[in-house]
Amino acid sequence: MTHLEVANFAETWGLLFLFGMFVTAIIYALWPANNETFSEAANRPLDDE
Amino acid sequence: MTNLSAPPTVNSLAKGLTSLSLGIGVLMAVFIVAKTSSAPMAFHGYIMMLAFALGIFAVIKFGSRDNGRIAAEKSPAGVFYNDGVIKAGAIAAVFWGVIGFLVGDIIAWQLAFPALNFDLEWTNFGRLRPLHTSAVVFAFGGNVLIATSFYVVQRTSKARLAGEIAPWFVFWGYQLFIVLAATGYVLGITQGKEYAEPEWYVDIWLTIVWVAYLLVFLITLRRRQEPHIFVANWFYLAFIATVAVLHLVNNMSMPISFVEPKSYSLFAGVQGALTQWWYGHNAVGFFLTAGFLGIMYYFVPKRAERPIYSYRLSIIHFWSLIFLYIWAGPHHLHYTALPDWAQTLGMTFSIILWMPSWGGMINGLMTLSGAWDKLRTDPVLKMMVVSLAFYGMSTFEGPLMSIKAVNGLSHYTDWTVGHVHSGALGWVAYISFGALYCLFPWLWKRKGLYSLKLVNMHFWISTIGIVLYICSMWVSGIMEGLMWRSYDALGFLEYSFVETVAAKFIPNIIRAVGGLMFVIGSLIMAYNLWRTVRGEGDAVPETSEAETSETSEADVKTVPAE
Repeated sequence: MTHLEVANFAETWGLLFLFGMFVTAIIYALWPANNETFSEAANRPLDDE
Repeated sequence: MTNLSAPPTVNSLAKGLTSLSLGIGVLMAVFIVAKTSSAPMAFHGYIMMLAFALGIFAVIKFGSRDNGRIAAEKSPAGVFYNDGVIKAGAIAAVFWGVIGFLVGDIIAWQLAFPALNFDLEWTNFGRLRPLHTSAVVFAFGGNVLIATSFYVVQRTSKARLAGEIAPWFVFWGYQLFIVLAATGYVLGITQGKEYAEPEWYVDIWLTIVWVAYLLVFLITLRRRQEPHIFVANWFYLAFIATVAVLHLVNNMSMPISFVEPKSYSLFAGVQGALTQWWYGHNAVGFFLTAGFLGIMYYFVPKRAERPIYSYRLSIIHFWSLIFLYIWAGPHHLHYTALPDWAQTLGMTFSIILWMPSWGGMINGLMTLSGAWDKLRTDPVLKMMVVSLAFYGMSTFEGPLMSIKAVNGLSHYTDWTVGHVHSGALGWVAYISFGALYCLFPWLWKRKGLYSLKLVNMHFWISTIGIVLYICSMWVSGIMEGLMWRSYDALGFLEYSFVETVAAKFIPNIIRAVGGLMFVIGSLIMAYNLWRTVRGEGDAVPETSEAETSETSEADVKTVPAE
């Protein structure tokens, strides 16, 4: 594998992969159905003994 | 739901295997002492021998009373939390913190009065500086992170820490790493990589300890009783996993012999520099930021008795930080042999990082909505809120300084030193102090701290100290940056280097005074926590407790009648 091949991979598939993961994380964070889980989790430090 | 009806026991197979491994460690240490030509490495061999031998003794004795059962109290939720190792971590954090701050202040005075290095090789600036940085970042910060992560992962998963020997191995193994690293610096063993100074054999030891830490954390998470993993644990996990990768890659090197301390890095030239600063900046991003954000997302809501302001924002905060930080390292190498595009990439990601950083700061601060009045009565919460303000300030200053034009003025000057300390003292140390002030009464089952007045005193002395520190470094940094780049009418440099050093004399003294105030603050904290452990705090109820605020309302109502 040459430097150029690695660089080409990073600039195309690597970029798409990381960006896709990031977008997935944002969608997960904003998904309406997760509201209940998140409000439970936001309160968890207060109810953890 | 919990499967434990009685206190946990120690697995005798684990005891045997651990003792055996430590026995092999003793033999290796004996081999090093016998064969090495380096006196400092022989000294390290003796330390390892002693530590491993004590380890074997401790493992054999571990749980030998009471039929191998471990003394543990059942929590109200029915879980036998492992708090012993957290207590040890909290004490170690205070101990190393005071030492690290003190060494920092000693070298601050050395910069104003160089004669204070006593002309001895062991006490010169070049050896004490890594001692200071490692003591505060890895010894103080590391112990705070180990202690709080073990506390938070258990409480938010409602599960006991995985393993009985393993968490203690992580704690004591990490202390051994600190002792080997610190004594190595003073005796002259270093591989010359900033924040990664320990040589190959200490690096291997840290790798073993760190893998154990990762496994303890992961297996505890797997045993969680809640389906959703609480966000603070994500931050802790990112910290542990990323530091493992950073440590392994940056320390790839070839020792000249198995019994000599010297090694050669597998990277050379600009590749070596880029690897080092990929490591160095992510040590800031994942050790000093992600880990301590884990503290923020648990301890601020807990102390303020408010839920996290926006849990969605906390998830976006997490993933943005993770995806961005890893690219920011090249901003340490502006105007060097590193290709221009890589420098610009590092700068661009550093600037984008401003947004998630402030998102996180706002999320932490807004968690106090409806509880802002507590700042009046609770100096511990005040400390945490000021830490968030410093987090916001230094994560604004950092992107600013990463801009190439600004960096041309700021790099290599005291401005950088001031920036680092506004992050390290203001953010990292203050959120840690806040967490320690919470942890000590919780762990030792005290009603409150010995004295909230002393916390307040600590807060003000340290805060004034930090302000003196960063302001003097702004002045001296910008001054020396401007002096370095000023030319006279004929195009010659206007100042010799030593003139720029002499000009920093007064700011250096102000900085050392600020540092001294910070040390004094930490001593006040140590005293306060010691009295708390001794049980002298029970008389002082926590002002943040619900009953207290009810009674204070009642008091207010009765005032007019009196």
